[in-house]
Amino acid sequence: MDAVTTDAQLVSRCRAGEAQAWNELVERFSRYVYAIAVQAFRLPPHDAEDVFQDVFARVYEHLERLRNDEAIRPWIGQLTRRLCIDRLRAGGREGPVDPEDIELGEYDETLSRLDEAMAVRAGLDAVGVDCREILDRFFSRDESYRSIGEALHLPAGTIASRISRCLSKLRAELEGRS
Amino acid sequence: MTGYDEERIAALLRLLPAPPESWVKAAQELPWARAEIGEIVARSESDAAFRAALVADLEAALAAEGYEATPSVVAALRLRLGSG
Repeated sequence: MDAVTTDAQLVSRCRAGEAQAWNELVERFSRYVYAIAVQAFRLPPHDAEDVFQDVFARVYEHLERLRNDEAIRPWIGQLTRRLCIDRLRAGGREGPVDPEDIELGEYDETLSRLDEAMAVRAGLDAVGVDCREILDRFFSRDESYRSIGEALHLPAGTIASRISRCLSKLRAELEGRS
Repeated sequence: MTGYDEERIAALLRLLPAPPESWVKAAQELPWARAEIGEIVARSESDAAFRAALVADLEAALAAEGYEATPSVVAALRLRLGSG
């Protein structure tokens, strides 16, 4: 299994001014922020992009204030949630979701599922680059066996079995964490 | 974390598609844009007309002054200028 940088270690490296760490932090949480904006709050692309940039601008600006470095994910989650709600309220009734109809319980349920998805995604970092790449391409990027085979220089006929093996490996990793 | 069968893992992985690459890149460039952001904020503090233009229409004011209004710069400036 690969060594994995924890969220706290990543925050600490960002605070130390390590440029690569900021890149990694954005990379690590970009899907989470995007999913909250687009899936939970169904923001249209332009609003979702504004929220996305606003979240990372605030994270960058206020990282020093984070009291518990391990809590960066819930912090980013709550920040994104709040900015999405602000955006919906600012947009009035023109957006896809009427702000009067915002039922936060429903959003919180989606957030909870996304938190779970992030935990699974964190497990990907521990199963090795090859497995991470193949699972990410198939499940998150929705690429075909053929595209994956071409990109990774693997016979397309072996992709299904590789995915299956990698899923088992990821499952073992996740169960090992329980 | 218990009860993860492969099907559930696959479903959870599908919940997190990648955002557009350009969004990620813009957010990653934030530290590099910091000097420019600092310069704009400093100028807005000493130049009331510039500040008023920024508050009225941030993107247009930046473009008029020759600054590149990238999404990350705009977001950071909204935050710093208190208009976000």
